[in-house]
Amino acid sequence: MSKDIVYVDNNATTCIDSEVLAAMQPFLTEYYGNPSSVYPFSGPAAAAMRQARQSIATLLGATPEEIIFTSCGSESDNTAIMSALQTQGGRRKILTTVVEHPAILNLCRSLQKRGYHVDYLSVDSQGRLNLDEARSLIDEETAIVSVMFANNEIGNIYPVYELAEMAHAKGALFHTDAVQAVGKIPLNLAATQIDFLSLSGHKLHAPKGVGALYKKRFVPFFSWLIGGHQEHGLRAGTENVAGIAGLGKAAELALRYMASENQQVSVLRDRLEAGLLASCPDPKVNGDPASRLPNTSNICFKYVEGEAILLRLYLAAKVCASSGSACTTGSLEPSHVLRAMGLDYQALHGSIRFSFSRFNTQEDVDIILQVLPKIIRDLRELSPFGRAKA
Amino acid sequence: MWNYTEKVMDHFLNPRNVGEIPEADGIGEVGNIVCGDAMKLYIKLAADQKTIEEVRFQTFGCASAIASASALTEMLKGKTLEEAARLTNQDIADFLGELPEEKMHCSVMGMEAFQSALESLRKKHPEYALPGDLSSAEGEDRIVCQCFNVSERKIREVVLANNLTTVEQVTHYCKAGGGCGGCIEDIEQILADILGKKKEAAVKESQTLPGNLTNLQKMRLIEEVFEQVIRPGLQADGGDAELVDIDGNKVQVRLKGRCAACHAAEQTLKLWVEAKLHEMVSPSLLVEQIK
Ligand SMILES: Cc1ncc(COP(=O)(O)O)c(C=O)c1O
Ligand code: FES
Repeated sequence: MSKDIVYVDNNATTCIDSEVLAAMQPFLTEYYGNPSSVYPFSGPAAAAMRQARQSIATLLGATPEEIIFTSCGSESDNTAIMSALQTQGGRRKILTTVVEHPAILNLCRSLQKRGYHVDYLSVDSQGRLNLDEARSLIDEETAIVSVMFANNEIGNIYPVYELAEMAHAKGALFHTDAVQAVGKIPLNLAATQIDFLSLSGHKLHAPKGVGALYKKRFVPFFSWLIGGHQEHGLRAGTENVAGIAGLGKAAELALRYMASENQQVSVLRDRLEAGLLASCPDPKVNGDPASRLPNTSNICFKYVEGEAILLRLYLAAKVCASSGSACTTGSLEPSHVLRAMGLDYQALHGSIRFSFSRFNTQEDVDIILQVLPKIIRDLRELSPFGRAKA
Repeated sequence: MWNYTEKVMDHFLNPRNVGEIPEADGIGEVGNIVCGDAMKLYIKLAADQKTIEEVRFQTFGCASAIASASALTEMLKGKTLEEAARLTNQDIADFLGELPEEKMHCSVMGMEAFQSALESLRKKHPEYALPGDLSSAEGEDRIVCQCFNVSERKIREVVLANNLTTVEQVTHYCKAGGGCGGCIEDIEQILADILGKKKEAAVKESQTLPGNLTNLQKMRLIEEVFEQVIRPGLQADGGDAELVDIDGNKVQVRLKGRCAACHAAEQTLKLWVEAKLHEMVSPSLLVEQIK
C-alpha cells in the first residue's frame, strides 16, 4: 500500500492484499488457458476456479454449487432482482429500503417506470428499519424483498435473517446486498432463509471487477447474462480467472483475519470517534451505535461543508476519506442515506465517513486527530453559520 | 477527483478578506444552509461614496465556493461600484484560472452576493448615486426549481450571460434541475424560448439564404440539418441514419437501427426526412434510400 497516504476509505474500495495478488499472477501470465478447454494446459485455470468457489462457499457457509461468479456487486444485485421478477409467477412487487446502494435503488426506480410496484422501507434518525413496516408491506404479490446486510455509508447492520423469514412466510424470495458485510460478519447461509446474497471483490482486498452471487440451492433462477454454458449455465461469459482466483484467496484471508481484524478496526474507529468528539465543536456520530460495522464511522460537523473538509484533510496529511455532502456525491444533493435519516440540514452537508481495514494503524488515527480539529475550526471561522456557539 | 487550479487551491487554503465588517454600508446574503452553500458579503465604501474601500466575506460551502468568494473580494477591492457592477461570474472563473464546469454555480453565487449587497446599499443609502440594475434578463420572478429555489429570471440571466444551451449546463451554473429533476421540462422550455429567439434573429440576418445557396453552402446545411435534427429525431425512436452522399439535389441516405428493419422505412424517408430537408434547406431536394 502506498504509505504516504492515510487511506481510511475502505468502504469505497480496498487495496489488494499481496497474497491475493500472488494468487492471481499465474493466470495473468503463464496459465492463460480458457478454463472450459479440454487440454491439460487449461487445467490450472479450472482448478483455480474450483478452489476459489470452495473458499467463498466456506466463507459464506454455503456449498460451491451455490456460488455464481459475476463481474461486480452491482451485477449480482441486478441479477438477483431481475431473476426473481421472471421466476415468481407474475408477482410484480418488490420491497426494498431507502438506504440501499444505487445498484438496487436505481434498478428499482427503472423497474417502477416499467410498471413494477416498489415499496421502500423508511429508516429512523439512527438509520434503523422498522420490522412492523416490513411485515405490513410484504404480501402475496411480492416477488422479492431486498435489504442490504450492512450499509456502506453509516455501517448499520440490518436484521436480514428476520426479514428473510418474513418474505418466505408470504412466498416471496429474499435477497441481501452483503457487499459491505462479507468478510466482516461471520456467515452461515445454510442455516438461514436468505435466497440470494451479493458480494464484491474490491471491498475485501481482491481486485475490482469481480464479484459473486450466492443462490441458495433449488431457488429458481433466470439468467441475466445469456450465452455460453459457464457458471453451470447460469451466467455466460468466459471467466475472469485471475480475478476469481484473487477473490478466492481474499475469501480465505477474510476468514483467517476476521476476528482479529474486527477487533483491530473497532479499536481504531473508537479511538478516532472519541478523539474527534473531544476536540471538535458540535460533532455527531451517525448510525446505530448498537448495530454497526466495526470499521465504519460516519461523523457530521455542523456548519461546514464536507468537500471542503475532505480537500483540506488531503492537503494537510494526504488523508483519503469520503463525504456524503452534495459536492462529493456527484450530484447536487447530499447523501440519500443521511437525508432519509432526517438529519439536520446544518449537519447534513458536513458528514465525513472514515472506514478502516486491517491495513490501518493507530498512526493513521493519530494523524487525523492531529489535523482534523483545526480544519473544522478554520472552516467554521469562514462560515456565516453557527457563529454564536463557535 | 478534484480538478482545481493552483489558484483555486490557494484561495481555498488561504482565503483573503474573511470576516465581517461591523459598520458595513451594504451586506449581501445568498444561498442557505439547506442547499449546501451560502455566502455573506460585507462592503464598506470610501468617503467618495462610490469606491469600495473594504470588503469581507463568510462562506459555507465547498472548496470552489470558498475560493470564488475570496477571489471576488480581491476583485472588488478598490473598484468603484460602477466598475464592480460590470463584473460577471466568468470574470471570477477567469481570475481563478478556471473552475470545473459543474462548479460554475459557485462563481454565479459570488456575483449574486454582490448584487444583493448593492441592493442593500440602495436601501440603506438612497441618497447615494448607485449603479442601476444592469441585469438584462426578462422573465418573471416565479420559482422554477423548487429543490434549489431558483427563479425563471435567474435561469434566464445565467443562460444569457454564459451562452448556455443545455439543461445540464444550466444545472452547473445555478443548480436548477440538479435535485428531483421535476423542473427539467420547464428549464427546457425556457432554453427553447431563448434559443428560439436567438435563432430567429440569426435567420432574419441571413434572410437571403435559401435559393442563393452555393453548392458548398447547401451541402454544409444538409449535413448540419442531418446531424442536428434528423438523426436525433430517428434516434429518439431507436433508429438512426447515415448521410451517404449528396449528388446535386439527390440526398442519399442509409437507414440504420430500428429504422432499417422498419417496414415503413420508405415512408419515414419521404414523409419525415425529406420533409425536414424541404423545410430547412430547400424544397427541391430528393431523398434516396441506400440499402
Ligand atoms: C452496499 C454496496 N452494494 C453494491 C456496491 C457495488 O459494488 P460494485 O462496485 O462491485 O459494483 C457497493 C460498492 O460500491 C456497495 O457498497
Ligand atoms: S424542482 Fe428543480 S430539481 Fe427539483
